[in-house]
Amino acid sequence: MNNILYAVAVLGGLGAFFGLLLAIASKVFAVRTDEKLEAILACLSGANCGACGYAGCAAYAAAVAAGAPIDRCIPGGDETAKRIADIMGAAPAKVERLVAFVRCSGGDKTYDKYAYEGIKSCAMAASSISGGQRSCVYGCLGYGDCARVCPHGAISISGGVALVDREKCRGCMLCLAACPKKLIIRIPYSAASTIACANTDRGGLTRNVCQAGCLGCKICEKNCPHNAVHVENNVAVKDFSKCTNCGVCAEKCPRKLIKPPSGRLEERAE
Amino acid sequence: MSFSGILSIALGAILIENFIYIKFLGICPFMGVSKKMDTATGMGLAVIFVMGLASVFCWIVNRYLLVPLGLEYMQTVAYILVIAALVQFVEMFLQKSVPSLYQALGIYLPLITTNCAVLGVALLNTQYGYGFVESVVYGITGGVGFLIAIVLFASVRERLELTAEYPEAFEGFPIALISAGLVALAFMGFSGLKIS
Repeated sequence: MNNILYAVAVLGGLGAFFGLLLAIASKVFAVRTDEKLEAILACLSGANCGACGYAGCAAYAAAVAAGAPIDRCIPGGDETAKRIADIMGAAPAKVERLVAFVRCSGGDKTYDKYAYEGIKSCAMAASSISGGQRSCVYGCLGYGDCARVCPHGAISISGGVALVDREKCRGCMLCLAACPKKLIIRIPYSAASTIACANTDRGGLTRNVCQAGCLGCKICEKNCPHNAVHVENNVAVKDFSKCTNCGVCAEKCPRKLIKPPSGRLEERAE
Repeated sequence: MSFSGILSIALGAILIENFIYIKFLGICPFMGVSKKMDTATGMGLAVIFVMGLASVFCWIVNRYLLVPLGLEYMQTVAYILVIAALVQFVEMFLQKSVPSLYQALGIYLPLITTNCAVLGVALLNTQYGYGFVESVVYGITGGVGFLIAIVLFASVRERLELTAEYPEAFEGFPIALISAGLVALAFMGFSGLKIS
């Protein structure tokens, strides 16, 4: 009889002790959360993409509650900025929508230096001999590491090159880190044309490895009325803050490389 | 406690009697969070943490509460209570005091509150008659064994996803279970290992 009483007493005592301990701990260690912070967090996309420049949605919400700009949530766009503005009592800000863009038109315009038989992943291919099987060492390898990390299904491989569908892209930029060739950049959603090449070799060398690549001829630079296109390291780069989408560069490019950011080169031609 | 004794306990817990591959304890988090390397690492670290703490507190409860009152048969229930309360408490404590550690371990802690590997380490400590230091060493190295097991297996699964070709029917869990079995077979190779 005593045995049972002991057992009940000990376990009951332990239970009560831990219950009390947890009850006290929940008071002592209570973390105060700001009401605004929770409300802001609820507005954000929850993708934890880091496009805002903070470690995640929670970190950005905390920063906003402490007075950071409210227009940084790119996946959320204007809608989110407006809702945060309501919570914070600030003036609504317009979010510039950014989308990812792959700076390569190569793919089947290049040739393979050797038959790559390894794991079908860009990271693996890029770490093999001479930076992958493609003749152009700067270009897209086409194994779709970016497409695999894209949470929105916006990236597909067409003609051996990754292609971002800018309607589906929410600007989270997870693909930027996934690309071993660092080919993916952010461009404004409104951009009418971009330069789809990252080859910094001189014209002749580029011509040897790719039928599509930028030769660095500077015709775009010379013709741009707004000083928005520059050839740096033998490849044309566009400054979107100056570009007015006038289309002169696209017209003058001898390689027809400056094209709308969605669609393959051939499709982009029409 | 001699150094070689501690070393043999550690080696036993990590390789020879690995909690996952030889004892088949803690399979649930092992299968559940081994899809990606970084979640697997987080889980492994949380398990080391909890197994070490559980060994300490369960040893104290057993030695100073259950044994003097002749209640050894209540060990399982008492240990569950202790571990569950402990993990809850530690979670609250971390959230308040060490937010960065909480961010790293926090989401995994509740998952292993009453995990069988954690309960197992406490019960085995009693079964083997380990003293305090031995219990703590066994708990922590048991957790290290878990970390090694889950990280190894996560790399196997990441590779499987990219390269392996297998019938469609094996997609997902079946192929994971088969490969876990094969890794376990490999771990049988450690069974003859001994420190003298």
